[in-house]
Amino acid sequence: MSWTILLVLCAISYALKAAGPVLAGGRDLGPRARQTLDLVAVPLLAALILTQTLTIGHRIVIDARLPALLVAAVLVWRRAPFLVVVLSAAATAALLRAM
Amino acid sequence: MEMAVAQPGRATLTKALSIGVAVGVYGVSFGVLAVASGLSPAQACVMSMLVFTGASQFAFVGVIATGGGALAAMGPAVMLALRNTAYGLSLTPILPHRLRDRLLAAHLIIDETTAMARAETDPEAARRAFLATGVSVWVFWNLGTLVGALVGGGIGDPRRFGLDAMFPAAFLALLAPQLRRPGAPVAAITGAIIALALVPFAPAGVPVIAALAGVIPGVLVARGARA
Repeated sequence: MSWTILLVLCAISYALKAAGPVLAGGRDLGPRARQTLDLVAVPLLAALILTQTLTIGHRIVIDARLPALLVAAVLVWRRAPFLVVVLSAAATAALLRAM
Repeated sequence: MEMAVAQPGRATLTKALSIGVAVGVYGVSFGVLAVASGLSPAQACVMSMLVFTGASQFAFVGVIATGGGALAAMGPAVMLALRNTAYGLSLTPILPHRLRDRLLAAHLIIDETTAMARAETDPEAARRAFLATGVSVWVFWNLGTLVGALVGGGIGDPRRFGLDAMFPAAFLALLAPQLRRPGAPVAAITGAIIALALVPFAPAGVPVIAALAGVIPGVLVARGARA
């Protein structure tokens, strides 16, 4: 594996992260832009949750991850502590796979 | 970075540490896979330290492992890293103001730190949650990579312990408080539908970044609610 390509990937991934914070600087972007930026993470996180639960590669797959997410959803709704939510999801998936 | 001014609360530290540990286990898998795909242990470690975006790194070594060249591996890796740009924009208001601190903090912009920061309403609390999670995830991800790269196989599949189910659960717990914002539920549902619809045919990374379009109906609903 070439070090050059690896270091280029390092540079690109850092530039992608730093683009927003560096270009926007410490400026106040105004209420409209802020309102939009406040929402940016929401659809991305929702997409991550569902793709990580329901897909393998390019396929939609329903397996132990879905019941685990449903258990987590009930616990989040019941305002369970974060660790309880996360560990219950892992335990659900692990138990279903062991069966 | 000046973290001494105000320490993160216990609840934040617990979350940051637990996310870090879970990520660390994946770091072990990454180290194992990277070395099995032909990277040297040093390359695996440099990648985890400097690329520091799990999904991109897995995609990169995945392509290498299936015989693709290093250049071919760049495409999916960069597509998967693209969402960090959107995260960076949304995190800009809560990042440190001094340029040097900002440049350092920018390296920590990933799924986990964004989710933790956005779950807080107070900007100062969001900054502390971001930094605590960033440091925790960085340390454990790199420790995991080092162990995996040196020890190699034999760790077993993390899925056996349900670890793959932990991340969606953690992101859900962190997304839930944000859904109270006007327009957020519409944005979340639209984003999720777009992503799932694209999975069968779009290249890796594209579905999640395309979900960004969910912001548009979200903003429209939020403005309608205010008008």
